[in-house]
Amino acid sequence: MLLRHTTAKEIDRQALTINPAKTCQPVGAMYAALGIHGCLPHSHGSQGCCSYHRSALTRHFKEPVVASTSSFSEGSSVFGGLSNLVSAIETIFSVYDPEVVAVHTTCLSETIGDDMTQIIAKAYEDGKVPDGKKVIYCNTPSYVGTHVTGYSNQVAAFVKHLAVATPKKRNVINLVAGWMEPADMKEIKRLASVMETRTLMFPDMTGVLDAPMTGTYEMYPKGGITLADMATTGDSKFSIGLGKYTTEDACVKMENKCKVPFEVLDIPIGLKATDRFITSLSRHANVPVPDAITEERGKLIDLIADNSKYFYGKRVALWGDPDTLVPLTEFLVSLDMKPVYIVTGTPGKYFDEQMAEILKDIPEAKFKSGERADMFQMHQWIKQEGVDLLIGNTYGKYIARDENVPFVRLGFPVTDRPGFNFFPFTGYTGAANLAIKILEAFLDHKDRTCPEEKFELVL
Amino acid sequence: MGDFLKDRGKQIVTKGKDSHELVGGKPSLAGSVSQRACVFCGSRVVLYPIADALHLVHGPIGCASYTWDIRGAMSSGPELHRSSFSTDLREKHVIFGGETQLYNALNELIDKHSPKAAFVYSTCIVGVIGDDVQSVCKRVQKEKGIPVIPVQSEGFQGSKKDGYKIACDAMNTLVGTADDKEISPYSINILGDFNLAGELWMLKEYYEKMGIQIVASITGDGRVNDIRNAHRAALNVVQCSGSMMHLAKSMKAEHDIPFMKVSYFGIEDMSDALYEVARYFKSDEMMEKAQELVKDELSKLLPALQPYRQALEGRKAAIYVGGAFKAISLVKALRLIGMKTVIAGTQTGNTEDYKLLQAICDDGCILVDDSNPVELSEFVKLTGADLFIGGVKERPIAYKLGIGFCDHNHERKLALAGYEGMLNFAKEVYETVTSPVWQFVKRG
Repeated sequence: MLLRHTTAKEIDRQALTINPAKTCQPVGAMYAALGIHGCLPHSHGSQGCCSYHRSALTRHFKEPVVASTSSFSEGSSVFGGLSNLVSAIETIFSVYDPEVVAVHTTCLSETIGDDMTQIIAKAYEDGKVPDGKKVIYCNTPSYVGTHVTGYSNQVAAFVKHLAVATPKKRNVINLVAGWMEPADMKEIKRLASVMETRTLMFPDMTGVLDAPMTGTYEMYPKGGITLADMATTGDSKFSIGLGKYTTEDACVKMENKCKVPFEVLDIPIGLKATDRFITSLSRHANVPVPDAITEERGKLIDLIADNSKYFYGKRVALWGDPDTLVPLTEFLVSLDMKPVYIVTGTPGKYFDEQMAEILKDIPEAKFKSGERADMFQMHQWIKQEGVDLLIGNTYGKYIARDENVPFVRLGFPVTDRPGFNFFPFTGYTGAANLAIKILEAFLDHKDRTCPEEKFELVL
Repeated sequence: MGDFLKDRGKQIVTKGKDSHELVGGKPSLAGSVSQRACVFCGSRVVLYPIADALHLVHGPIGCASYTWDIRGAMSSGPELHRSSFSTDLREKHVIFGGETQLYNALNELIDKHSPKAAFVYSTCIVGVIGDDVQSVCKRVQKEKGIPVIPVQSEGFQGSKKDGYKIACDAMNTLVGTADDKEISPYSINILGDFNLAGELWMLKEYYEKMGIQIVASITGDGRVNDIRNAHRAALNVVQCSGSMMHLAKSMKAEHDIPFMKVSYFGIEDMSDALYEVARYFKSDEMMEKAQELVKDELSKLLPALQPYRQALEGRKAAIYVGGAFKAISLVKALRLIGMKTVIAGTQTGNTEDYKLLQAICDDGCILVDDSNPVELSEFVKLTGADLFIGGVKERPIAYKLGIGFCDHNHERKLALAGYEGMLNFAKEVYETVTSPVWQFVKRG
């Protein structure tokens, strides 16, 4: 029993986070930055931050993740990081030749007060940035918000630094992608193309963090939105943000800067959230919903109906990021399940309000966000009443083992199972994939633990 | 690529071709895609396996989050080290200071878990906002009656290697503080084995077969009370010298315990590690037992290795690991299975280490310090390596290049130390190098 120290009785904690359900801003910024083609993320701080973030992303995606660092020393932390960053920019362009460098700060460079606007302006003035290349930045102090905030800040920085409005509007819808897997982004783009709409997705990690094996190592794989396409997002006629926490800032910036109106939706996980996405896209692109998509939806409902008895009343604990948890919880409720314990380390009002609304018919449900909303809290709740299923990132495996509960992995990071770059969780197909994973977890668990006489061939 | 190599000219040497000496230990250039980490990382990995101690990370959440149970250091008992505890500093703490938060967090944790000692890691930001971690630790130590040890590991002070020294200093405050273990005259401490995949348990068995008592294993499967008694052992046997040599030297200076450097990877080094200890104790009986053990193990191992050697003969390997001593052992171990090392690099080697490494490599081998993915992939292409030995960040690069990979870092799942480890290593290398998957891809 790995977590043998956990007790059902909740202890009073004032100052302590145990087994966090979150991590810090820069890793989110690094991930989002990889969604621009030819972009090298740059971490302005000590070497360790960059190394940890690269490792964290590599463990999850099983792909090479490159990023450079300002390699702060004691000197830079006293005198400021200006010279480090300016010389870093010079090194980066001469050695690694990216199209764009996306600088994000760390808690260290934020606290010593490095002025990024000034430093980067100096790099341009000194001629360290080759023609046609870009250096953009975002502020990502680790002691504010979480990795979700960092992702949001990076996506907003794309708009701030790269989107350009010209007098010529184009019949294109921007799809601002929240934190999800490349496979999920690919599925959303597929749905858009089945609907014959012209869209531009950013950030777009497809082809970057799910690249095929070719026998060569590419520092900048084929995928990602190009700088040219990113610039034209300012001429699109509408933006759909997918994930309130991760994309709303970017959408607002796009409207203010380029007069592109927007709507922010949940990430299309599950039936209802996908319905909302398809409806929105159909309305704003002014295209009908094709039969092919109605058919996908029908197949999902068929799957749910066939197996509804297995879903009915099952108690579920889930954790992760609010943009994932809101539509996921909604989907579980629509499957007739009972999401009873929900935890996210990322604080926020939208999450709290949505959870209250979605869970209004499940009075025993508890949810928590922000401070001390961590895996320890989650485990204590589970110890009190028990659950039938866990859904969340890999860190749930300790609880799953100790409590002998089926476990479906979803979220970031998943470090111990493959498959996430093949099978999406978004769209109707993704919802079916998720429903099947849940069923398999239940039924495998039943086969493994039921008494001999109840071990049967047929469902 | 060319410019970069010019800047780093002194950090790259091709044996038999270049005449200059490889200069190690240089700080990474700002803007480089270094595979190195920070001081906090170094301190955390060294102390992490002390399983009945509390490890509290004082800083914003990231540093605790990224080091939550990533190292695979196994414990035969308590597992307190595998949870992640953080003061989770927020903006208000950065402005008003985090000392109260730290004090409260320590109290809450000690009350809840009754650990044998507590380590408090300072991260970058704590150094900048100036929290007096030492005085908080002192106060809690007094109030709770257990050692509460500050680890001054602010990341910006240097590289991972600098963190090892800070961890050793922190740990050294425990050494010599207890006198409650029965100690045999034939006793050692094992320093610098982290019990990845249970490797320490194999080593312990070897030494115990020779009639040697292990007083403390530092830090793999480590226990606070053993470390407090460690000053009473007769000898310190140091494997990972990069991380633990500083502690060995401190213990020599303060407690007059001699130390010796060993390696447990490969037949030669493993056997030497046993013989050297027997020689130190000047015991014929112990030496006989060691020889018998080695003979026994080799009679099983050598025939078992033979088929792998046959299959791997003439294949080429690239090594990029943390420490230089491990690289040296790997060159020898690879030679034993018929493979030639064509790239040998480390993150933390110093100039002296590279001299030793260069001495045992074959002509044509590229030696490199503090490398990056672009260079490494170029070198692999240049040398036609069939295998890459490295850690988490190198793994996907190797696979993308269409060559085999062996994890010799903290994510390895197989014990690679000792005789059993040598066979595991050969098997793992064989499996990956000869995997049928490579026939489906054309190497670039």
